[in-house]
Amino acid sequence: MTSTSCNPERGTDVPKVTLHYPNGEVRTLSVDNGQSVMKAATANMVPGIIGECGGELTCATCHVFVEPEWLDRLPGQEQEEVDMLDLTSEEPTECSRLSCQIVMSPDLDGLVVRLPKTQR
Amino acid sequence: MVGSSSERVTIVGGGAAGAECAARLRMADFAGEITILSADVHPPYELPSLSKGYLSGASGYDEVLLRPVSAYTEHDIDLQLNTRVKSIDTARHEVRLDDGRVLSYSKLVLATGGRPRPLLVPGAADSAHVFYLRTLNDADRLRSVITPTSSIAVIGGGYLGLEVASVARSMGAAVTVLEGLPRLLSRVTSPPVSEFFARLHRTEGVDLRLEAKVERIEDTPDGRVTIHLGDDAPIRADLVFASIGLLPSVQLGIAAGLEAENGIRVDEYGQTSVPDVYAAGDCTSHPDAQDGGFRRLESLPNAMETAATVAASIVGNPAPYVAVPWFWSEQYDVKLQTVGVYKQGDDAVVRGDERSGEPFSVFYLRGGEVRAADVISSPRDFAAAKTLVARRVAASAADLADRRVPLKALLRATAAVPSA
Ligand SMILES: Cc1cc2nc3c(=O)[nH]c(=O)nc-3n(C[C@H](O)[C@H](O)[C@H](O)COP(=O)(O)OP(=O)(O)OC[C@H]3O[C@@H](n4cnc5c(N)ncnc54)[C@H](O)[C@@H]3O)c2cc1C
Ligand code: FES
Repeated sequence: MTSTSCNPERGTDVPKVTLHYPNGEVRTLSVDNGQSVMKAATANMVPGIIGECGGELTCATCHVFVEPEWLDRLPGQEQEEVDMLDLTSEEPTECSRLSCQIVMSPDLDGLVVRLPKTQR
Repeated sequence: MVGSSSERVTIVGGGAAGAECAARLRMADFAGEITILSADVHPPYELPSLSKGYLSGASGYDEVLLRPVSAYTEHDIDLQLNTRVKSIDTARHEVRLDDGRVLSYSKLVLATGGRPRPLLVPGAADSAHVFYLRTLNDADRLRSVITPTSSIAVIGGGYLGLEVASVARSMGAAVTVLEGLPRLLSRVTSPPVSEFFARLHRTEGVDLRLEAKVERIEDTPDGRVTIHLGDDAPIRADLVFASIGLLPSVQLGIAAGLEAENGIRVDEYGQTSVPDVYAAGDCTSHPDAQDGGFRRLESLPNAMETAATVAASIVGNPAPYVAVPWFWSEQYDVKLQTVGVYKQGDDAVVRGDERSGEPFSVFYLRGGEVRAADVISSPRDFAAAKTLVARRVAASAADLADRRVPLKALLRATAAVPSA
């Protein structure tokens, strides 16, 4: 297989997201295009993202901090998500997003997020 | 790794609670065997979608599955579908299946959920047109009969009935809602919220009948159904959707000698009255950390958190279940979010105008403390409400009702109390 991309993660079929845990642990998560980061995390049984409402923007247990250089590349936030960020267990910052609203696309391959210490 | 690899956790029930328990065990690096025995033919799915996006067609099969089926294999979780547990021998640590197999366990988790309370009026059991909703197959059946031209009589004005009414009405179906009590949602919320939903459904064109006395159901030769209503004129419809409550599935546990009363009794760690047997989700009656006594809840957050509690106990990292209950519902374009449990006699304080069609909230004061809230289409207020309720903030009705007083200001007044 040949790939024209310099990024070894690129060009593969399934985009990857890197998760940084508060204890320093790092995990890589495969997220299908069109799938949310929350769904992929629960499907793959990685800890740290709960997704108690199944992505209905009701629980805020899918909070992540997006690495600043990725923020602008993410799809925009709906007002409802902004409002729900008030509900996160750990104080939100400008980098906070609800991962059920981060839907994967080829552009987001390589996305890096940090997980909060608590989700509820 | 936690737990020796010779340990075997057997989970009865493949709903949200059973699936979450298995996932939590693996997330905690539990190294033993995990088996989920589920009577359902589908891998674990999201029940809330069944009366919302899945029923309307907005979400498909893959979206309602909690996880793709491959996730179970990848995490070495033996998911056995279409498999019913017939009995449990707690002394021998064995379960017996319908197909005659006997499986041993070191820890057993009951996550058997419940089934719809059947409509017992004459004619209901024999009718070909009475539908219920608990499983994905139920949802498929219901989806196939609700059409823009059908007429549907919903019996029971609780959240489930009202959500199905809203989906059917949005599709264009003619909808009648029959509620036996004088107001909708009377067991779970206050009169202002009941009245709001009554107005909402009537505005959307639902024929809402309160204090309706359903006496008899009769299939008619033209393939339709007649609902006989005491003194009122009978109603004709293509189908009846019955949503009059849930019967928790406790027989299996009771027959095995587990203590049960309106659910299988568990302590705050999810442990039943019998060693090595745990229970989670809709089938359990657990200690009420807010009001004392025991309670049984039917909500997805409760299913997931009780399952997480059981998993933590099994891996030897126990933490009591003390979370404040919360719930949500969607009808038309209205989203209701509830935190805490409303009790008759609570002082209901309306913030905003429930008649305006704008977002509003109702806070419930008990002994001067905010103990529960219903928030209509206002996630920001819900965020504040969750904290007000978790901290049992003492607030005056006047401040809560006054939109010029930010809810966050009421929180700050009690900032000394650590949050949950
Ligand atoms: C249509 C609908 C909409 C809802 N909407 C919302 C909502 O908007 N918000 C909210 O918070 N909650 C909602 N709920 C409630 C919430 O979904 C439930 O409380 C929760 O999913 C219960 O999960 P559970 O695992 O305890 O039970 P269940 O999902 O009922 O799972 C029980 C499992 O046990 C299996 N089982 C039972 N007996 C046996 C046996 N003997 N052997 C083997 N397997 C057995 C069943 O087959 C099933 O797989 C809704 C519920 C329904 C039905
Ligand atoms: S999963 Fe509930 S808000 Fe994201």
